[in-house]
Amino acid sequence: MALTRREFIKVTGLGLAASSLGMLGFGAAGVAQAAAVRPFKLTHATETRNTCTYCSVACGILIYSMGDRAKNARSNIIHIEGDPDHPVNRGTLCPKGTALLDVVHAPTRLKAPRYRPPGGTEFKEVSWDFALDRIAKLMKEDRDKHFIARNAAGTTVNRWTSTGMLAASASSNETAYLTWKVARSLGMVVFDNQARV
Amino acid sequence: MTNTWQDIKNANLVIVMGGNAAEAHPCGFKWVIEAKIENGAKLVVVDPRFTRTASVADYYAPIRPGTDIAFLSGVIRYLLEQDAIQHQYVRAYTNASLVVKEGFAFENGLFSGYNEETHSYDRSSWDYELDEQGFAKSDDSWQHPRCVINLLRQHVSRYTPETVSRICGTPQDKFLHICGLIAATAAPDKAMTSLFALGWTQHSVGSQNIRTMAMIQLLLGNIGVAGGGMNALRGHSNIQGLTDVGLLSNLMPGYLNLPLDKETSLDEYMKTKQYKPLRPGQTSYWQNYRKFVVSLQKAIYGDAATQDNNWAYDWLPKLDVPMYDIIRAFEMMNNGQLTGYICQGFNPLQAFPDRGKIRRGLSKLKFLVTMDPLDTETSRFWQDFGPQNPARSAEIQTEVFQLPTTCFAEENGSLVNSARWLQWHWKAAEAPGEAMSDIWIMSGIFHRLRELYRKEGGAFPDPILNLTWKYTDPVEPDPEELAREMNGRALADLTDPATGAVLTKAGTLLDGFAQLRDDGTTASGCWIFSGSFTEKGNQMARRDATDPREQGIAPNWAWAWPANRRILYNRASADQDGKAWNPAKPIIEWNGSRWEGIDVPDYGPTVKPSDGVGPFIMNAEGMGRLFARDLMADGPFPEHYEPLESPVENVLHPKVRSNPVARVFASDRAAFGTPQHYPYVATTYRLTEHFHFWTKHALINAILQPEEFVEIGEVLAKEKGIEQGGWVKVSSKRGEVVCKAYVTKRIKPLLVDGKPTHVIGVPLHWGFTGQARKGYGANTLTPSVGDANTQTPEFKAFLVNVEKTGAPAA
Ligand code: SF4
Repeated sequence: MALTRREFIKVTGLGLAASSLGMLGFGAAGVAQAAAVRPFKLTHATETRNTCTYCSVACGILIYSMGDRAKNARSNIIHIEGDPDHPVNRGTLCPKGTALLDVVHAPTRLKAPRYRPPGGTEFKEVSWDFALDRIAKLMKEDRDKHFIARNAAGTTVNRWTSTGMLAASASSNETAYLTWKVARSLGMVVFDNQARV
Repeated sequence: MTNTWQDIKNANLVIVMGGNAAEAHPCGFKWVIEAKIENGAKLVVVDPRFTRTASVADYYAPIRPGTDIAFLSGVIRYLLEQDAIQHQYVRAYTNASLVVKEGFAFENGLFSGYNEETHSYDRSSWDYELDEQGFAKSDDSWQHPRCVINLLRQHVSRYTPETVSRICGTPQDKFLHICGLIAATAAPDKAMTSLFALGWTQHSVGSQNIRTMAMIQLLLGNIGVAGGGMNALRGHSNIQGLTDVGLLSNLMPGYLNLPLDKETSLDEYMKTKQYKPLRPGQTSYWQNYRKFVVSLQKAIYGDAATQDNNWAYDWLPKLDVPMYDIIRAFEMMNNGQLTGYICQGFNPLQAFPDRGKIRRGLSKLKFLVTMDPLDTETSRFWQDFGPQNPARSAEIQTEVFQLPTTCFAEENGSLVNSARWLQWHWKAAEAPGEAMSDIWIMSGIFHRLRELYRKEGGAFPDPILNLTWKYTDPVEPDPEELAREMNGRALADLTDPATGAVLTKAGTLLDGFAQLRDDGTTASGCWIFSGSFTEKGNQMARRDATDPREQGIAPNWAWAWPANRRILYNRASADQDGKAWNPAKPIIEWNGSRWEGIDVPDYGPTVKPSDGVGPFIMNAEGMGRLFARDLMADGPFPEHYEPLESPVENVLHPKVRSNPVARVFASDRAAFGTPQHYPYVATTYRLTEHFHFWTKHALINAILQPEEFVEIGEVLAKEKGIEQGGWVKVSSKRGEVVCKAYVTKRIKPLLVDGKPTHVIGVPLHWGFTGQARKGYGANTLTPSVGDANTQTPEFKAFLVNVEKTGAPAA
C-alpha cells in the first residue's frame, strides 16, 4: 500500500471518528470537523512506540505527546492508538486499550509520596527522603531482629520471613530483575507476583 | 503459550475452556476469527456461562465450575476407546510405552503413598521401572499392563459419558459431540489449539486442569505443530516476564529453584538437578543447570562469588516450606508473624481471597508500603469507606507509605507477552508531579539499607554489601544496562576446550545461553533471556514484521525466549524422518544435513532424525509426559476432585471429596460454607470493559461499566423474586456483597447428579477508589485455599447464597 504512516493515520482516524461521531448523532458536520481537527493535532505531536499496559496480548500502541522532548520541557500525552505495524493487533485496540489515555491522566494518579502514621485518620504528603529513610529504617529494624541465619538444626538458611513483598505485573523485566536482586540480597522469601493469583 | 497469537489462525479446531478470550483478550481473539474465516476452523466453547466467546462459537456446552478434569478425562477415555489418537506421534514422542514401577497404584481416589496426617504423598512409586543402565523400560507393543498407555486407559475408564454428565452437568449429547470434534484432529495434518486462562488456574486442582488438556493434545499429536499447542492467555502485560525473572517465593530467574533448607551446599542442591537422561541418547537440556546457577550468581554477586565460596551459594535464602505464597503470607500476617509488607503495583485488598482476612491482616502490620501509579484500595485499607471498607482508623497501628510511581507511558523497558515475546517500549512523557520509577524507588531503598549496614552493621550484611551495582547511574539504573545484565556477558576469554582458540572475548555480550559456563567465566542474570541484548544491539526493539510463509511467526519482530524460538517443541511438528506432519504448514524439516524452516529449531540443529533423540529436549526421557512421574503434588494422572466448597459429593469416591493434598489453614477451613446454607455455585470473572481494579480509575471505562453487579439466571431469579436490575445480597460464609442483579439467559441451571444446580456470576472489578461507584469486591466472597501445586486461589468455584434485598440507603 502506498500510504505513508501519516496518511494511514488520517484514513483510519477518519474511519473511527466517522463511526463514533455518527453513533452520537453528529452526522456529516461532525465528521468534517473531525477530519479537520485530527490530522492537525497529530502533525505537531511526537510519536512514541509502546505496549498496552493491560493484558498479555500486548498490543502495540502509538503514544502522541506535545512537547519536543527538549531538556526542560515536559511532554504531555494527548492521544494513544493502536500501532498498525504490530503483527498481533495490527492497529486495533479493545475497550481497555482504547481508553489508555484516561488511565494515564486519571484524577487518581498519585503525584507525591504520602504517609499515614499509626492511628492516623488521613494521609499527609511527605518528602521522598522522609519516606525512603523511614522505610529503610523500619526494614532494617525488622530484619536485624528476625533474620534467620541458621535453622533449628544449625543449617545456614539466611532467610528473612517477617517482611514480605509483592512485585508488580505491569512493570518491566528490568524493574523486575532489579527488584529480585534487592529482595533476595536481603534474604526475603515472602515474595510473590501476580502470577501466584 | 507454546505458540504465537497469530498462529491460532492455523488451527482446525479452537477450544476455549477455562477462559473467555473474546472478552478478556479481544485483540488476540481476532486470530480465532481469522482461523474460522480463512482456515474453516470450528470454535468450541465449554463454560458455565454463555460468554461472548460462546456467542461466536460453532458449538457451546455448559459445565459446572470446578469439574473440567472430569470432562477432559471423559474426552481421553473417548479418544482411547475410539482409537482416535495420532499413533505414530504418541508412540515416538510420548511416554506411552514406558513401564511404570511396581507399587504404583490408584484406589478410592488416592494414589499410592498417601499420608493422611501430613496430607501429602510419598511419591517414590510414581516413576518408571529402570533397567540395569538406569534407563526407563519400554514396551513398544503396549502389552505390558504397567506401560503408561494402559495405566492411563484404566485410570480414565471410570469417566464414561454418563459419569461426566452426572459430575459436570453437561448434557451427554453435547459432551459426545465435542468429543467427536476433538477426535477429528488426531489426523496428522489437523490441529486443535487450546486457549485457556484463569478459568483453569484458579482452582484447587488448577495445575491438573491444564495437564489434562496437555495430555489430550499429546494424544492427538497437537503439540509443537502449527495451529496447535497449549496456549495460556496470560492476564497481565508482564505477568509472564515477572514469572520468567523468578519473582515468586520459590523461584530464581529462568525457572531455577530457590534452594531448600536440606540443600546445604551447592553440590547438595545440584544432586536433585542432574537430569540424567532416562532414555539412551536424550538431550535432557537441564543437564546444564549448574551453568545457569553459577552464571546467575556471577551476575548478582560479581567478583564476590568465587569457586571458594561455592559461588556465594550460602547468600541465597533457603526455604523451609515449599513456598511462602500469598495465602501463607496473609495467614502469617493474621497470626502476627509479619512486620512489614511492600506492594509494588499490586492491590491485595482487591486481589486476594477472603477480603475480610486480608483487611484484618494488613491491620496487624507495623508498616505497609505501596508503590503504584494509582490510588489503590490496599493503600487505604485503614480508612473508613462505609460498608465497602469498614475501618476504625484510630485503632489501626499500621504505618502506611503510599509511593507514587510512573506508568507504562513514562518509562523504557521490555515486557513479555503471552507468546514469550520480549517487546521493548519507550518513554513518551514525564510522570506527573513527583512520581518516580520503581527502579528509582527500589534503588533508593536499597542504597539507604546498604548505607545503614555499612555504618551500623547488623544481621548478615554480606549479600547486601556485595550485591553488584555497577551501573552508570546508580541512583536510577538505565533499563538497557539491566537488560544487558540479564542477557549476560563473558567475564574472561571463552576458549574452545579442544583447541584453546578464543571463541568469545572477555566483556562481550553473549549471543545465547549455549555459551554459558559453570566455572565463573560467564555472567547472566536470566539465562532464558540470553540472546535478547547482544553485541548486535537490543533484539527486543526489532520491528520487522515480515512473516515467512505468512504462517504467524514474524521471527524478526521483537525477540522470544528461548533463543528467539516462536513455537515450542517444534521438532514434534515433523515425523520421525523429519518431514512435516502437515505438509501445508511445516515449521522445521530435516533437509538431509540440518533442520530448516521458518522457526529456530527446538532441537539440536544438526541432530539427525535417525539418532532417535526425542523432541521434548527439556525432559530427561525426551518425551511428552502422559504420566507426570513425581512432578505434581497431587498425582501423576489427573483426577476429579470437588472444589473445597461444592454443592455435591464426589460421585467417584465419596470418602475423598476434594484434593487430598490441598493445603488448608485451620482458620480458612472454618470459613468454608456448606450447601445447606450456601446452595449456589459462584464463579468470578472479568468484563471486557475493565481490567481488574485499574480501569475504574479511567473515566471511559468507569462510564461503560459503572457499578458492581452479579449475573443470575432467569430460573433462579424467578424462584427468588429477583427483578432485572433489582438489589440483591450475595453472601458466602466469609462476607456479603450488596449490589444489583443482572438477570440473564446466559446462565442456565445444570442438572448435576440429578439435581438442578444454579451458577452465579460475580464480575470482579469494583472497589472504593477510582471513578466508578463503590463496590464490595468479589473477593469479599471467595475462599482462602489454593491449588495443591501452585497455591493459586480457588476463585472459580465456591458457594454462596442469594437473597432479594432493598436499595441501600443513599
Ligand atoms: S488493547 Fe485490549 S487486547 Fe490489546 S493488550 Fe490492551 S487489553 Fe489486551
